[in-house]
Amino acid sequence: MSDAKKKKLTPVQQEYHDFARQREPNRPLLLNSLRAFAVGGFICLVGQFVQDFFLWNFDFTEKTAGNPAVAVMILIAVVLTVSGVFDHIAQWAGAGTAVPVTGFANSIASAALEHRTEGFILGVGGNMFKLAGSVIVFGVVAAFVVALVRTVLSTLGGP
Amino acid sequence: MLKGHQTWIFENRPVIAAAAAVGGPFEARGPLAADFDLLHGDLWAGQDSYEKAERKMLEEASRRAVDKAGLRKEDVQFFLSGDLGNQIIASSFAARSLGVPFFGLYGACSTAMEGLALGSLLVDSGAARYVLCATSSHNAATEKQYRYPTEYGSQRPPTAQWTVTGAAAAVVAATGDGPRVTAATIGRVVDMGMTDPFNMGGAMAPAAVDTIVAHFRDLNVCGGDYDLVATGDLGRVGHRIAADLLQKQGLAIPSFTDCGLLIYGPDHSMVMAGASGTACSAAVTYGHLLNRMKKGELRKVLIVATGALLSPLSYQQKESIPCIAHAVSIEYGGKE
Repeated sequence: MSDAKKKKLTPVQQEYHDFARQREPNRPLLLNSLRAFAVGGFICLVGQFVQDFFLWNFDFTEKTAGNPAVAVMILIAVVLTVSGVFDHIAQWAGAGTAVPVTGFANSIASAALEHRTEGFILGVGGNMFKLAGSVIVFGVVAAFVVALVRTVLSTLGGP
Repeated sequence: MLKGHQTWIFENRPVIAAAAAVGGPFEARGPLAADFDLLHGDLWAGQDSYEKAERKMLEEASRRAVDKAGLRKEDVQFFLSGDLGNQIIASSFAARSLGVPFFGLYGACSTAMEGLALGSLLVDSGAARYVLCATSSHNAATEKQYRYPTEYGSQRPPTAQWTVTGAAAAVVAATGDGPRVTAATIGRVVDMGMTDPFNMGGAMAPAAVDTIVAHFRDLNVCGGDYDLVATGDLGRVGHRIAADLLQKQGLAIPSFTDCGLLIYGPDHSMVMAGASGTACSAAVTYGHLLNRMKKGELRKVLIVATGALLSPLSYQQKESIPCIAHAVSIEYGGKE
């Protein structure tokens, strides 16, 4: 917890926080990191095979083969989400499944599934991007800022 | 009758004439499966939404409790019920189909004992002859509202708890045979500044301890006077904190457990620190514990249902988690 947050606590609350923390199980940080590394790496390896598959068998270049490869990875993640397996894998893998495009696909598919009972418009349409929405918003904003900086720099320094 | 600061003693000793518990598929695989009246094999319970499934379970538990008491629903004066859903729709909609005059309650996971305390007060004071106290929760409906979509792949920390799918109901009557409700202590809201919604046990433990201490003080009793003191849904983490806090105050309870630890058993990979949810303390008390009392294994128990009074909105606005606990003492056998 940050120091700013700590300051707002009364002494009694602070004492309890320390008391409680000693009795909480530690989050297995190292194990989680290792699992995330292994699973995330494995997903990227599969993605690379898929990309190479498109590259070797179809008329794709190294650049354009990325698109169908991502689509296949998304499809796999959605199928695993719909069959109720993804969340069990994710509990084990943590960031390993969350960070690659599989996690993004799962966040959209799971929200769409969850709100199916409220209908297609208010439920699925309105809630699909509940979790993914902020990733898209800040992804676009970040891309814009980076592009702006690059444009300004190249105009000023101009190679 | 008020005793001490915040405790009622029910001098007419209202009877829990009958009780029923309904569970979902996960509960059916737990060690207390035999104590449920009805178990559903799927989370949908044959309905087309999780919210309807929760309502159906609540209706089933309520109807079954009334049946087991040998009553018709017309005999019941009041229906006291609450759940975790927005605007407590499971309870209100179940009340619609039951047609019994209704009080809607919200005390998060403490609702079960809030209902039993109020129902016993109504019966004890002569305001009602029969009161139906019920509560429900549904894992998927609750997760949807409070946390993430069910199928979303987020990693739950070891302090996280698993919301019980189920419902439980009890008929409190002025006369008859059965376990008797003898006293209830109404808790204060306690906020220790905990903010992690994945550590409800840690947030709720001080509220449980506050109510237990108040109960002992008001009635001038101690932990040893009870065969069992069970908190509602503190889970492994909160239960340990509560036990240590009581120990620190010199009020250690010899036989101290938690409904959130009993319902799924000690080791379960998915439930992490234990169970939670309004139906947790209700199903364990109205199913398992009352059965044990009837078998003569327990004579006097204290149920301390704990509730975290947060909302998804208050969490997003970085508010801490206020918590509450209500204690109800139930006795069976011995002096009448």
